[in-house]
Amino acid sequence: METDDNANKILLQGNEAIVAGALAAGCRFFAGYPITPASEISELLSVKLPQVGGTFIQMEDEIASMGAVIGASLAGVKSMTATSGPGFSLIQENLGYGCITETPCVIVNVMRGGPSTGLPTSVAQGDVQMARWGTHGDHPIIVLAVSSVADCFSITVKAFNLSEKYRSPVIILSDEVVAHTRESVVLPPQDSIRVFDRVKPDVPPEWYKPYADNNRGVPDMASFGDGYRHHVTGLVHDEKGYPTQNAKEVDSFLRRIHGKISKGFKEIQITKDYMMEDAEVCVIAYGSVARSALRAVRDARERGVKAGLIQLVTLFPFPRKAVDTYLRQCRAAIVPEMNMGQMAREISRVNQSSCRIVKHNRIDGHLITPEEIFKHLTTV
Amino acid sequence: MVNKTNTKPTPKPKKGTTATKPSQTKKKEKKLYNVIFFKNWCKSCGICTALCVKQIIKSDETGVPYIDDMDSCTGCRFCEIHCPDFAITIKSRHPERRESNGN
Amino acid sequence: MLERAEIVRKEYLRHDKKFPHVWCPGCGNGIVMGALLRAIHALELSKDEVVLASGIGCSGRMPTYADFNTIHTTHGRALTFSTGIKLAKPELTVLTVMGDGDSTAIGGNHFIHAARRNLNLTAIIINNSTYGMTGGQYSPTTPFGSISATSVYGHVEHAFSIAELAATAGASFVARSTVYHATHLEEMLKLAIKKRGFSVMEVISNCHVQYGKKNKLGGAVQMINSYKDNAVKVDKAAKMSQEELEGKITIGVLADVDKPVSTEVYRQVVKDAQKKAGKISKETDKNGVKRYEE
Repeated sequence: METDDNANKILLQGNEAIVAGALAAGCRFFAGYPITPASEISELLSVKLPQVGGTFIQMEDEIASMGAVIGASLAGVKSMTATSGPGFSLIQENLGYGCITETPCVIVNVMRGGPSTGLPTSVAQGDVQMARWGTHGDHPIIVLAVSSVADCFSITVKAFNLSEKYRSPVIILSDEVVAHTRESVVLPPQDSIRVFDRVKPDVPPEWYKPYADNNRGVPDMASFGDGYRHHVTGLVHDEKGYPTQNAKEVDSFLRRIHGKISKGFKEIQITKDYMMEDAEVCVIAYGSVARSALRAVRDARERGVKAGLIQLVTLFPFPRKAVDTYLRQCRAAIVPEMNMGQMAREISRVNQSSCRIVKHNRIDGHLITPEEIFKHLTTV
Repeated sequence: MVNKTNTKPTPKPKKGTTATKPSQTKKKEKKLYNVIFFKNWCKSCGICTALCVKQIIKSDETGVPYIDDMDSCTGCRFCEIHCPDFAITIKSRHPERRESNGN
Repeated sequence: MLERAEIVRKEYLRHDKKFPHVWCPGCGNGIVMGALLRAIHALELSKDEVVLASGIGCSGRMPTYADFNTIHTTHGRALTFSTGIKLAKPELTVLTVMGDGDSTAIGGNHFIHAARRNLNLTAIIINNSTYGMTGGQYSPTTPFGSISATSVYGHVEHAFSIAELAATAGASFVARSTVYHATHLEEMLKLAIKKRGFSVMEVISNCHVQYGKKNKLGGAVQMINSYKDNAVKVDKAAKMSQEELEGKITIGVLADVDKPVSTEVYRQVVKDAQKKAGKISKETDKNGVKRYEE
C-alpha cells in the first residue's frame, strides 16, 4: 500500500492540518481575530467553511470570537476559534462561560513568546498552566497538545469528539514551530474517521431537563430552535437551567461537571510512549519539543543509554496514572520545556517514587534542540 | 366593531346597575370590566394607582391595590401594560358577549 | 379568548420559574418585558424560533422568565453570542436585551460592531442611566453632574446617547421609547423585530432605587411620569432648537435605512463557494499540494 500512501501524501503546515482536522470532525463555524502565528487557520477556514456550507466570521476581538463560538455551538453547530497568547487571554472570560454552560467547542492556542505581546513570531510553551487555570473559578477543562502536522489533524478530530462527548470546551495547544512546519502527511479518508456528535434529547420537550445528571454525568444537549426551549446561563444553575444558590444544588452541579471529566479519564488522558519498555531514563515532553526529544532518545539509545520518551498529548486532566507508572520505572525524568517548568511542576506533583525530575528550560524564543536533551540523557 | 350580531334574546342578569338595559339600546351600553390583581406577584409599587386614568385604583395601608368602583373602569389597560410584575389582568365582564361581537 | 395580560402570563412566562421576579418594586424592566412579549405575540412568532439573549445586570435576568430559547451570557457580550446563534441558525429570531452599561461600556465595542456588521438581530437596550444591580455606580449614560455611588461629588463625564450612537455606527433601524409609553414601546418593538438588519430599540427606564434616589428624582411613579412630561416625538423634536430639547427624550423611529443584511449576503457567499468547490476538489484531489488553494 506504500505507493497509495505516496500518492495521497500532501504537504501541509500545522495550521492547515488543524483546519483539515476540524472540517473532518464536522466543524462548521469559526469565529476569530487575526493574530500571529494562528492567522493561517482563520484565513484557510474563511475559504473552506463556505465550501462545506459552514460559516466563518471575523469578530471585533477574541472575547467576541469566543462568544460567537459558544453561541453557534448552542445553536447546534460544531464550532471553534484559533488564537495565540494575547488573544488567549481575552478568550478566558467566555471560556469560563463555555465550562459552566457545558458547551462543546474547540479553542486552538498557537503558543508564542510572552508575556503580553512578547515574541509574536517565536515559539514558546508559556500558556500551559494558563490553559488549565486561565479562566476564573474551579472548572474542568481538557487540554491537548500537538507536536507534529499529523498530530494537528488527528488531535483536532479528537478534540472535537471529546468536546462533543463530554460537553466541555477543549483547548488545543499548538506552538509556533508546529504551526508553521511543513511536512508531508497522509490524511485518513473521511469515512475512516470516527466522528462523535453530541447526544440530543429524545424525551418530549416538557420532560427535558438540560442539566440533569445521568450515568455519564453529561446531560443530553438540545440546540436552540429544536423545540426544547431552555435557559442557558453563566450563573450556577439547577438541572432545569435556572439560577440557583441552593447549597445542595450548587454542590451537586459543580461536582457533576468535574466528575464527568473524571469519569472519562481513560479516554481523555492520552500519552504516547517511545522505547519505554526497558527505559531507565526518560524524557517527558509535549508539543514541538517532543520531536526534539524523540531524536535525542534515539541518539541516546545508539549510545547504549536505556532512554525512552513519554509524549504528553493530554496535558489536562493531567495523565497522572500513566506518568506515575513510568516514573516508578526510571531513575530520572528529563522535562524539557519552552517555559520555566510549567509541566515539570505537574510531574513533580505526581511523582511518588525516587525518580529525579530534571528540568530543562529554554525561554529565548528558540526550539529546544535534540542535542540539549541528549546531553541530559547521557549525564543523568 | 359591529354590535348588530348580538342576537341574544335575554341578557343575563348583571351585578352592576348601569348595564341592565335591554339589548335594543346597544350603542349606549357601557362595557364593564373586572380588574383582577394577582396579589402573589404584586409588589405594591403604586404604578397602577398613580397611572389609572379614572383614578379608581386605591391602595390599602400595605400598598396593595384594590378597586371599589369597578364599574367606572373603562378597560383602557393602562394599568395592565404598566404593571412591571404581570400582576394585573383586565377582563371584560361579559366575555361571552364580547366573543359574539367578534371582538 | 384570553385577555392580553393573561396571554402574556400564561403563554410566555415560565411557570416553573419562581415568581414574582427579582426586579425591585416599580422597576421598568417588567414593563419592557411585558411590551416585548406582547410584541412577539402580535407578530405571531413561534416560541421555538425566538431566542432571547441578555448580558449581565438587572436586564440580564429577563430571559430567565420568558419561555423562549433563552441565554443569559457574560457582561457586555450578549451580542457576540447572538451573532453566533444567528449565523449558525439564520431562521431563528434573535433578540438581545441589554442594559446601558452592559451595551455601551463593557459591551460598547461589540455593540458598534454589531451595528456596523448589520446582521439580522434586534437589540433592546434598557437605559436606566446607572448600574442598578451593583449599587448605582455611574454608567456611560449617567448625565453630566448627576450623583451616583461612584460620583458622589457629581459626575464629571458626559453621557452617551445610545440611539444616536447606534445610528452612527450603522444600525439599520433605531428607535427610542420610554416605559411610560408602553403602547408606543410595543409598536416600536414590533417594527424593530420585523426590520431586516440590525435594529436597536432604546428604552428609557427608571431606576428609582439607585439613580432616582441619589438624584432626588422621586419614586417609580414620579420617574415614570417624568418621561411622559419630557418625551417629545421625533417629528416635533425636529422643529425644536437644541436649547428646547435640553432634558427632553426624543421618542419614535430615529433611523430606518435599508442596506444589505450580512446574514443574507453570507448565505449567498456560501452558495457560490459550494458551487465553485465542486470544481476545485476534482482538480486538486490529484495534486494534493494544491488541495487548499483556490
